[in-house]
Amino acid sequence: MNEIVIKKNLAPDVWLMGIFSPQVAKKAKPGQFVILRVVEKGERIPLTIADFDREKGIVYIIFQVVGKTTAILATLNEKDSIEDFVGPLGMPYEHNPDDKSYLFIAGGLGIPAIFSKVKMLYSEGKKIDIIIGGRSKENIFFEDELKKYCDNLYISTNDGSYGKKGFVTDVLKDLLESGKRYDEVFAVGPILMMKAVVDITRQYNIKTLVSLNPIMVDGTGMCGGCRVLVGNEVKFACVDGPIFNGFDVDFESLIKRNSYYQDIEKEAFEKHKCKIGLGD
Amino acid sequence: MDAFKRVPVQEQSPDERIKNFDEVCLGYSEDEAILEAQRCLQCKNAPCVKGCPVEVKIPEFISLIRERKFKEGYFKILETNLLPAICGRVCPQETQCEQNCVRGIKGEPIAIGKLERFVADWFRQNCEFEFELPEPNNRKVAIIGSGPAGLSCASGLAKLGYKVTVFEAFHKLGGVLYYGIPEFRLPKEVVEWEIENLKKMGVEFRINMVFGKTFDLNDLKDEDFEAVFISSGAGLPSFLNIEGELLNGIYSANEFLTRINLMKAYKFPEYDTPIKLGKKVGVIGGGNVAMDAARVARRLGAEVYILYRRTEAEMPARKEEIMHAKEEGIEIIELVSPVRFIGDENGHVKALELVKMQLTEPDKSGRCGVKPIEGSNFVFEADNFIVAIGQSPNPLVKKAIPELELNPNGSIKVDQNLMTNIEGVFAGGDIVTGAATVILAMAMGKKAAQSIDNYLKMKNKERK
Ligand SMILES: Cc1cc2nc3c(=O)[nH]c(=O)nc-3n(C[C@H](O)[C@H](O)[C@H](O)COP(=O)(O)OP(=O)(O)OC[C@H]3O[C@@H](n4cnc5c(N)ncnc54)[C@H](O)[C@@H]3O)c2cc1C
Ligand SMILES: Cc1cc2nc3c(=O)[nH]c(=O)nc-3n(C[C@H](O)[C@H](O)[C@H](O)COP(=O)(O)OP(=O)(O)OC[C@H]3O[C@@H](n4cnc5c(N)ncnc54)[C@H](O)[C@@H]3O)c2cc1C
Ligand code: SF4
Ligand code: SF4
Ligand code: FES
Ligand SMILES: [Mg+2]
Repeated sequence: MNEIVIKKNLAPDVWLMGIFSPQVAKKAKPGQFVILRVVEKGERIPLTIADFDREKGIVYIIFQVVGKTTAILATLNEKDSIEDFVGPLGMPYEHNPDDKSYLFIAGGLGIPAIFSKVKMLYSEGKKIDIIIGGRSKENIFFEDELKKYCDNLYISTNDGSYGKKGFVTDVLKDLLESGKRYDEVFAVGPILMMKAVVDITRQYNIKTLVSLNPIMVDGTGMCGGCRVLVGNEVKFACVDGPIFNGFDVDFESLIKRNSYYQDIEKEAFEKHKCKIGLGD
Repeated sequence: MDAFKRVPVQEQSPDERIKNFDEVCLGYSEDEAILEAQRCLQCKNAPCVKGCPVEVKIPEFISLIRERKFKEGYFKILETNLLPAICGRVCPQETQCEQNCVRGIKGEPIAIGKLERFVADWFRQNCEFEFELPEPNNRKVAIIGSGPAGLSCASGLAKLGYKVTVFEAFHKLGGVLYYGIPEFRLPKEVVEWEIENLKKMGVEFRINMVFGKTFDLNDLKDEDFEAVFISSGAGLPSFLNIEGELLNGIYSANEFLTRINLMKAYKFPEYDTPIKLGKKVGVIGGGNVAMDAARVARRLGAEVYILYRRTEAEMPARKEEIMHAKEEGIEIIELVSPVRFIGDENGHVKALELVKMQLTEPDKSGRCGVKPIEGSNFVFEADNFIVAIGQSPNPLVKKAIPELELNPNGSIKVDQNLMTNIEGVFAGGDIVTGAATVILAMAMGKKAAQSIDNYLKMKNKERK
């Protein structure tokens, strides 16, 4: 169970893994996520289902090494197994069948979160534009895979080493200013990026969905740790989301909540690096 | 020996125990148990039995203790109660069996719970659990949730020869017994022992299976399950719905206890799940959950206050646990109700505004109501707050079975045989009663096993 059948490096510190989990693959839908626990003493962390293969029973995840748990996960190899792998969790992505044109905007690790949605919509004959962005050329991945499922793919890098110099929102502004219109914009990535997107699309009154990433524990609605404020109502992102209408989301409180454990998690990561001899 | 007084039970001293998560109550020795058992009057009409929701044969098992027949005593309890080591520890005995004890009229009631626990622990430490598997009938039943309701239903059906599979959303089994009630009140080892026994009885457990997400009723049908028992508990935490509840540093009791019990966050960073707790903690609520959260916070080194709307006398928590909490230095602030949380510039909570409450005349049921005293608001500063004001059934199940009939409070509606409005689908435990007790959940699981057996036998006849 939960055997790693594929492992690939996509970018510095970014890994793709195919996990053998027929039960999750069988039910997975675009927009959902899994919760996994790498080792017995590990924590439960959520990762988006980037793609799935029902026949082979494989679920694909893409993750970036940002702390201790993702670092441990990255040390596993093909044929190793993950302790626990639960899902699919959260509400699947739903779209209005009448909508015809979509713009997907993904920053950094948001890219995996758009892949399966883009694939699904493209197969339904929708018009799809995509903007992906990262710090530098080496942080842009999945470009070829995405190209297969869209009409236009735009790229931005902060340092200008690839595509347009700047942020994904700069590309967004250009597109909208040049008169491009979409029935729906879907943004996923760092919280500040999603907020910046919403601040722009609101002016044009274009429906905008975002996929939120609050800190989770169980992922089944029993702890309330993932609560977010949406339209002045408290929602549990793991069961009510993670996708919400971007215009209604209170990003400020989400940013603060997501930073809560940062200091002690960082400390634990440093200690871990020392122990395995990576530290300086 | 004073026949009116209980044989005292050894406990870790408060100073010591607030530094560890080991069990507080150490239990009776053989001789102590026998001494306490000798106080029992062996009443003919045994009123104690009527106080017990599963009618444990109390005078009989106590009499066996007197004869040092501990093993026989254990099996006597087992005739009606599947989980004596657990119930002996967590049952609200003072309002159940012990409340009715004749000894209690003039003195202290017999320590029935402690004796029950004694024989169960004695058996666990001295005997192997052996079980003669019945003739299998090759009929499959699925159980959703591995709390006390699910475990007892599994046991009942396994004994009748059914092939039982328990599906559990978490990576550990036992439900609230595992992730809710802390180690110092119910060692996980006890729960694990019971589950091992069920495995020996042929019960299959599948972890990481979320009903409504990983699988649904159709999948169960495809796997030839003929009946389903839903025992998914009351997992949805209630919040106060007041200003500031999203501030950092405010936990639901569920989150706090799950981090600690299930994920072992108190051992961070050896274990990877973090927890943060400042010097001063306010716990809102007055039930068992609030007591557990408060006592865990105390063990993490905090100065802890329980903030409760009514008075201590009205607290739904077990008396023994309120006493333990107070011994551990936890202070109870009565007659206060939360108004709003106040945060600092970083989005962390720093205080809670409370309003003082006053008791009103008792209503027909004899319970006093409360109402706020206008203008009595004050600010209570603390580094963290834990909200323990109750929980309700998790809506995942309903979402997965839209046609399932519910009661107005969101719990599942069942008939007298615990069958829901869907044929072959039964339910019991907290998902039916709302947050209740271990023994009630267990009793319903047992009853469901009987109902499922009847139902499947009848179905068989119809088929023939
Ligand atoms: C629905 C959802 C989908 C996600 N999908 C992906 C994905 O596809 N790829 C990916 O790389 N990352 C994804 N994340 C984020 C991922 O869960 C975190 O990067 C991971 O938990 C970090 O763990 P760590 O121990 O390595 O780092 P840490 O140092 O512990 O944390 C780094 C940061 O990750 C976040 N984080 C920490 N713990 C949790 C937690 N239990 N739950 C959620 N966030 C946490 C916090 O913002 C924290 O500041 C997703 C998060 C959510 C909620
Ligand atoms: C902190 C705390 C302290 C308590 N103290 C006491 C006490 O001292 N004495 C007492 O008698 N009672 C106490 N109780 C109450 C008692 O624990 C419960 O009444 C009892 O556990 C209910 O049993 P249950 O089997 O119905 O549900 P639970 O024990 O809640 O078990 C339900 C199980 O179902 C699983 N589940 C939920 N949804 C799904 C799904 N969709 N798919 C698969 N699995 C699912 C859950 O993960 C869980 O394991 C306490 C409760 C809490 C929270
Ligand atoms: S099961 Fe509970 S109520 Fe019944 S005898 Fe045992 S402790 Fe008392
Ligand atoms: S009521 Fe008390 S004294 Fe009488 S049989 Fe029961 S436990 Fe013994
Ligand atoms: S992660 Fe616990 S309720 Fe969402
Ligand atoms: Mg971490």
